[in-house]
Amino acid sequence: MRIKLDINGLKREVEVEPRTTLLDCLRDTLGLTGAHAGCEHGVCGACTVLFDGVAVRSCLMFAVQAQGSAITTIEGVTPGPGELSPVQDAFCETHGMQCGFCTPAMILTAHALLANNPNPTRAEIVEAISGNICRCTGYAQIVEAIALAAERMRGANRPKDAHP
Amino acid sequence: MKAAPFEYSRPADIDEACALLAADENARVIAGGQTLVAMMAMRLARPTRLIDINRIAALAYIRQENNKEGEAVAIGAITRQCVVERDALIAKSVPLLARAIPNIGHAATRARGTVGGSLANADPAAELVLSAITLDAVIEYRADGESGESPAREFYIGPMITTLPAGAVLSGVRFPIWRGKVGVGFHEVNARRSDFAFVSAAAQVELGDDGKAKRIAIGVGAATDFPLRLESAEQQLKGGALDDAKVRAALREALADIEPLEDLHASADYRRRVAVDLAARAVADARQAAQGKSHAY
Ligand code: FES
Ligand code: FES
Repeated sequence: MRIKLDINGLKREVEVEPRTTLLDCLRDTLGLTGAHAGCEHGVCGACTVLFDGVAVRSCLMFAVQAQGSAITTIEGVTPGPGELSPVQDAFCETHGMQCGFCTPAMILTAHALLANNPNPTRAEIVEAISGNICRCTGYAQIVEAIALAAERMRGANRPKDAHP
Repeated sequence: MKAAPFEYSRPADIDEACALLAADENARVIAGGQTLVAMMAMRLARPTRLIDINRIAALAYIRQENNKEGEAVAIGAITRQCVVERDALIAKSVPLLARAIPNIGHAATRARGTVGGSLANADPAAELVLSAITLDAVIEYRADGESGESPAREFYIGPMITTLPAGAVLSGVRFPIWRGKVGVGFHEVNARRSDFAFVSAAAQVELGDDGKAKRIAIGVGAATDFPLRLESAEQQLKGGALDDAKVRAALREALADIEPLEDLHASADYRRRVAVDLAARAVADARQAAQGKSHAY
């Protein structure tokens, strides 16, 4: 079946079998390998992407179901070539990743959280990433990274004449 | 971990979905897909056709409905769990759902997972099924161009087994509204937060002006083939002050001859013991919440 998708702001048209998951479509058809295939049945969270701005597991939907939708993958969160998003920066600085397998999904989940909640508590951060498994870091630095990114993004969003 | 091939249809309305379902006995309806797609990936499910009802906008709603049975909150089948979780009418009028839903999966699965999908899937550990049975919800469906309904307490008959007629599509659910000094409680035990519960318990209580239980509903999920209402305990506790010792005694008695599920993670004995405990806590929470309320909300 032919479907149209808005991938990281670009209109794309692809031919997929109905049984192709959104994850496989992103990785194999579109070459966006930042969406990681961990378990492929909904338990690890490594395949998380933003679907119309909301974090979802891309292995738990078929690409045909995404017809006409906007999808953001890790490749789409950087502000420009060679740059990193504030969340990505924070992950580097706080050692929020080791092997990096869970990282794209963690970062997208954090972006989704911070878009709705610019000042999350520690408990809210933990809750937000609770569906994403990391086998390396022990999570502490990931939570720290998201808190740091939140703080910076709040600062960056402040209007120019705001008092400190 | 790749699904077997299937045909894909996206009907425009529920009657078209029913017609597609009637035409192929191996077709399956897909709503949020948060269970079905995983089952298909593991090839535990191999439907020949998927009938995708996600875009039938008429099935996405949360609204109050008043009819002969009284006031109810009606929820459309494809309403996302995350929407119910944050809805103001739900928080006010079906607070048990607001309490139970954050325990379903994770935020990313609640973003896709639907109310109707979970109710139709009939997992013994499903928080939505427990809530529906505890609150005497009514399940609505369409088949053959006609609407039908079934009380939740008659709808579930086994693990993943319902009385939904062949060829029918679950279209929505109605949760009766309790007015007055109402409080709710919900507890579950699992290996990790948001995993499948080993045992879950829900309670809703309405206190009279004398502080005694005017109405009480208690349900236990995940412990047996499908969630149970603890009617005998409800009858014993109704009209009383719900003090802990009495509540526990009534629950222990009500759970004495259930046949709990047993697996690697939790023995039957463990499930029974924990069910008593969680239900007691749920009742205590419900009582306290109701006491904190001076008037109808
Ligand atoms: S690959 Fe999707 S949840 Fe594991
Ligand atoms: S950094 Fe290795 S899995 Fe998270």
